[in-house]
Amino acid sequence: MISKDYMIIAPQGIHARPATTLIRLTKNFKSAVSLKRGDKVVLLNSMLNILSMTIKGGETISVIVEGEDEANAAEAIDLFFTEQLKDL
Amino acid sequence: MKGIGVSPGISIGKAFVLKKPEAALTGVLLNNEIEILLEIERFDLAVSHAVAEIESIKANAQLSLQDEELAVLETQIELLTDPQIKADVTQKIENGKNNAHDALVEVIGNFVRLFESMDDQYMRARSADIKDIGRRILNLLDKSGKVTAPEFDPDTIVIAEDISPSDTIAMDIKHVVGFATQTGSRTSHTTIIAKSKGIPAVVGCGEELGTVVNNDIIILDGINGIVYINPAQEIIDDHTIKREAYLRQSAKLKALKDISAITSDGEKITLSANISGADDLDDAFYNGCVGVGLLRTELLFMDRDSFPTEDEQFEFYKNVALGSKNNTVIVRTIDIGGDKHLPYFNLPAELNPFLGYRAIRICLDRKDLFMTQLKAILRASVFGDLKIMFPMISNVQEIRSAKSIVAQAKAELLNNHIAFNADIKLGIMIEIPSAAITADILAKEVDFFSIGTNDLCQYTLAVDRMNEKISHLYDPFNPGVLRLIQKVIEQGHKHNIGVGMCGEMASDPLATLLLLGMGLTDFSMSAAAIPAIKNIIISNSIKKARDIYKNVMEMDSSEKIIAYLQEAAQ
Repeated sequence: MISKDYMIIAPQGIHARPATTLIRLTKNFKSAVSLKRGDKVVLLNSMLNILSMTIKGGETISVIVEGEDEANAAEAIDLFFTEQLKDL
Repeated sequence: MKGIGVSPGISIGKAFVLKKPEAALTGVLLNNEIEILLEIERFDLAVSHAVAEIESIKANAQLSLQDEELAVLETQIELLTDPQIKADVTQKIENGKNNAHDALVEVIGNFVRLFESMDDQYMRARSADIKDIGRRILNLLDKSGKVTAPEFDPDTIVIAEDISPSDTIAMDIKHVVGFATQTGSRTSHTTIIAKSKGIPAVVGCGEELGTVVNNDIIILDGINGIVYINPAQEIIDDHTIKREAYLRQSAKLKALKDISAITSDGEKITLSANISGADDLDDAFYNGCVGVGLLRTELLFMDRDSFPTEDEQFEFYKNVALGSKNNTVIVRTIDIGGDKHLPYFNLPAELNPFLGYRAIRICLDRKDLFMTQLKAILRASVFGDLKIMFPMISNVQEIRSAKSIVAQAKAELLNNHIAFNADIKLGIMIEIPSAAITADILAKEVDFFSIGTNDLCQYTLAVDRMNEKISHLYDPFNPGVLRLIQKVIEQGHKHNIGVGMCGEMASDPLATLLLLGMGLTDFSMSAAAIPAIKNIIISNSIKKARDIYKNVMEMDSSEKIIAYLQEAAQ
């Protein structure tokens, strides 16, 4: 299991467009990916669950990756939160 | 308010604003495990059809869609396939014994309420997206049984952003006296439906039409493309008089129905109808058609969950053959692809669907589908004078392949001792420029041609007829298009085969004399257009038509041609 914290660099937060990209990204991997903020954890395969967390710009969340290809998945997700999210 | 008048006539009535209805619960409970399993399966199927719908929207509009709009569609796909919706719906079906409809209504309702209650304005607005995908799945779910079509009062004018094929499939239009839409063009679905039913319509009215509410008084002038919302009494009075005058005129035209379409110098012209099934025959004969120049078969394949069987298709063709009173019926084999999709036949999204996998191209690739249709038509051919026509032919090889499959179908029927008309006539649509140019070659292979001007025009001019931005370039009076049409007619005569026309141009009063002058003798059109065209034919001579044709061929632009034809029509 890999867990890492990210600060959301997109000013608008995780709205529909980045959420779509993120869901599609994680579909490339076998590992289960979830988002955690405070006590609330959701699996990163449901648009509705991600949106309902209302993650805003500047907030910090944890991403948890678990599965056989977790190293690769974590790397791709790392790139998403540190780079790609800026442009979405 | 100005729009495009696409179906003539004047109507005065009350507005019915067509919105996707808010879904109500049915309260149906499932009885056993099997019903539960079937209901879950039905839900999954509806979701995958909904995704296919979005994919086809994406494909059709790919070139004109902004990135932003594409992103919205991608998000819709993710929402449609959201595992949380699936899990919640499944749970309600399994544990609550709800049917898929109720389960979905409740699940969507919960999410909508959750999002509506959020502090974040952006997230609150997302509740509309969730409602939208819910409605999309519900529409597909309800299709397979309990359709809840709106009920209209007499003299209803339907107001909508646009009217889709699925809307009109569900609509009972007997009380509808007019259509007005915000978007759309002369070749959009609303136009085709309105014209074929003879209901006045104005499309492309813009967003202002969105201010109309139910029961507003609407005057719709389908001749000039004008819509009045709650007009002053004098405008109503004025249009009541205009409406009477128009109705008297069309009644006069209807009186023409039993008169033969013979020019003043004795040339007999065949006016037949374009129909979509036996139900359209009454109206076609009422308007004075002699036969069917185009039986579209797509309707038989639409609004269902799987391909129709050979027996189901046989019944469909047999009913048309029996209803046609021994007149000729030209059956066009299925023309799907392009802008027409079947929910159960998943065609991959294409960048250029009109240049893609459609019509005869699908049939020659999926011989099983083609064979079923051909056998059904052949079996029905003993009940009337049926002919078979292949759409979208671009070269001689396609004709030969199609004919060899017809031969196989005949052989199978023969082996099984099933009766059919062994001499059934075979023809092709001329709607691709290469087919028009090589009409001399193709004429040797078939018994008749039918010119499809809509696609011929779109392909010759490289104008996508679904693209509103370039709709002014879609011009059947372009000298290039006219020369192609003339060449096809000439080659047909030279090789002694029949040449007809079943595209929009055949029903355009401005084109009638020009086409007669080119030597066209078979016109097929929507039933409502027949009287007006017949009136032109009986009041004019072939000699005059030939003169008009000669003059037109010397003109260099469609502006001149149209101005000249308008003058000649006076």
